[in-house]
Amino acid sequence: MHLAYPAVLSALLFCVGLYGVLARRNAILVLMSVELMLNAVNLNLVAFDVWLRDALHAGQALTLFTIAIAAAEIGIGLAIVLMVYRNRGSSDVDRLRDTAEGHGPGEGPDTDAPEAAPAHTTEAAA
Amino acid sequence: MILASAPQSLLAATAPQGFLSPTGVEIAFVLVGIATLGAAVITVTTRQLVHAALWLVVALGGLAVEYLLLTAEFIAWVQVLIYVGSVVVLLLFGLMLTRAPIGRSPDADSGNRWVALAVAVASAAALVWVVVDAFRTQWIDLDGAVQGSTEVTGSILFRHWVLPFEALSVLLLAALVGAIVLSRKNGENGENGETEAGAGTEPPTATATETARSVTPDKEQR
Repeated sequence: MHLAYPAVLSALLFCVGLYGVLARRNAILVLMSVELMLNAVNLNLVAFDVWLRDALHAGQALTLFTIAIAAAEIGIGLAIVLMVYRNRGSSDVDRLRDTAEGHGPGEGPDTDAPEAAPAHTTEAAA
Repeated sequence: MILASAPQSLLAATAPQGFLSPTGVEIAFVLVGIATLGAAVITVTTRQLVHAALWLVVALGGLAVEYLLLTAEFIAWVQVLIYVGSVVVLLLFGLMLTRAPIGRSPDADSGNRWVALAVAVASAAALVWVVVDAFRTQWIDLDGAVQGSTEVTGSILFRHWVLPFEALSVLLLAALVGAIVLSRKNGENGENGETEAGAGTEPPTATATETARSVTPDKEQR
């Protein structure tokens, strides 16, 4: 097989993921695009490992490590997104402009009231 | 001269033929690659959030098939297990827990969509050009011994990569504990809930009752 096929496919997948990260608004869709980028890297690693016939199979070992790290990343990322949603009532990355937690008095209170009200106050504050 | 030019002519004869060589593996790879790329594009462009997660399943499954075609069997099944099995389910849970709208949501894409498209197209053009130019004459030899069977992968993983493997398992454990701590309901117990309840606008009586509630299980445990 020509080496250009997997290399080009992984480059294109990476750029699709890049577009998703830059253009999406929902934080979970951003995480999905990050997964696409990581998978493009995995495909590259596997293809070059098979091409080089590495004795240590470094590419495949690193692919397994990347998959494990991606699983950890998606767990932590989703936990953070859920916490942000619980605090702010929105998982919209465009609205999360202030990096300080509890920055203004109009920011959404924590815990179980992710209604529309804190979202609107956040929007009005932003 | 004939002898010297023989390998070159042979290379020149095989190179254009091999670049579009209609072997079954290449055709399958290209077809599955097109399907994967299409599913990825739909994933990042669709306006229905749940459909994006479902198209992500198609893209990741297509990548698993690509791994199989590259004779990396173990990684293909790990891909199916972890990505299609758990990561997408986690993403769907995340979508449901953040009450993502079912159906079309008009604001799925942010305002910098065209800038993002320009950046993505520019980087795609640059990367594809560089990659094709660099690896024009390289071939993957898929014949011979299988590169990524479970036996081979297990052997190299536990013979040469044991220390990174163990470090990675510790990292996974830390990530799991961190995810549990982060996504725990605030205010049930622990300092996290108390500080946030104090910082929030909750009435102090609720905080007091929650601290009381959080203290009692500790006593019971002792």
